[in-house]
Amino acid sequence: MTDNPFSLWVYLSQSPLLWLTVTLLVYASTDAVSLATRRHPLANPVLHAMWIIGAFLLVTGTSYTTYFAGAQFVHFLLGPATVALAVPLYENRKRVVVSIVPMLVALIAGSVTAVVSVVLLAELAGLPRDVVLSLAPKSVTAGVAMGIAESLHADPSLAAVAVILTGIMGAIIVTPLMNRTGITDYRARGFAAGLAAHGIGTARAFQVDEIAGVFSGIAMSLNALVTSFLVPLAVTLLVR
Amino acid sequence: MLASLGLILLCQLIGEAVVRGLGLPLPGPVLGLLLLLILLLARDRFALLAHGPLRDNGIETASKGLLAHLSLLFVPAGVGVVQKLDLLASHGIAIVLVLALSVVVTLLATVLTFRLVSRLLRQQDAR
Repeated sequence: MTDNPFSLWVYLSQSPLLWLTVTLLVYASTDAVSLATRRHPLANPVLHAMWIIGAFLLVTGTSYTTYFAGAQFVHFLLGPATVALAVPLYENRKRVVVSIVPMLVALIAGSVTAVVSVVLLAELAGLPRDVVLSLAPKSVTAGVAMGIAESLHADPSLAAVAVILTGIMGAIIVTPLMNRTGITDYRARGFAAGLAAHGIGTARAFQVDEIAGVFSGIAMSLNALVTSFLVPLAVTLLVR
Repeated sequence: MLASLGLILLCQLIGEAVVRGLGLPLPGPVLGLLLLLILLLARDRFALLAHGPLRDNGIETASKGLLAHLSLLFVPAGVGVVQKLDLLASHGIAIVLVLALSVVVTLLATVLTFRLVSRLLRQQDAR
């Protein structure tokens, strides 16, 4: 028995082990809830894991830096997971090749809409200039968006937050929205999810339908490319 | 399994190295994805490549394992919201509304363009 349970907490709360365990266990439970609700959009496992862990950090007075020292092992896997998208892409290559033209046109239309709409709406809402710049790359995956924000001298950590919020909202809204439009083409639905909501949209698309997941992964990869060129251009043209 | 993970990491590593080296404006893992795709396609053509992780669904199983929990990987970055609570307190509602509207408009623009173009193409095929 330790003479001071507080010293044990001090030790554990600074170790990567605790925060890695918390991340995995909280996600395992929010994912179980999502499964139990048959993947209801509002039971999005990322959203609920985020606020539960966030609240836990605030209550225990733990800094994000300390938390990230443990959680970085999970964060690191984002890169390898992107590479792994090659496999479903390879397995569905015939359907992808057939859809190449609609994909490329939708890519341009979608990327331009994503950047222009967020910049115009943010300006309209009267948000400060550096916030507008940080929101601009919100539809691409976190690492790329942070790089874009950095090159614009905006705030990379705000860009990451905008990316995650966009991803979660996109993942929640995509299924009900698409059902309402009556579009049953899972190539198109998946492509839109990946373009607008990057990896979180892709994770959602894979839950709904494998073809949707494949097209979502392609959209996410291509959009990362296009947006890197588009944001600096849009910002020069649109931001006062 | 281990060799498959190693191959995935190797693709990413080469991707990152090339992107940095040439100063390309694309993320390293995306180039890694292309590299692995080319490897898989090359394997079907050249039996020589069908060894180690590229045999018996090795890389396929490992990749699907990683992708099965794709959502989990976004949790650490998402928790980063705690660093921005002061900004969210002052501009949070506007930011969330702007992002929500923009994501809906983007989803619709993308899905409708995709459908429109694939319908136009099919009409041309029919003629």
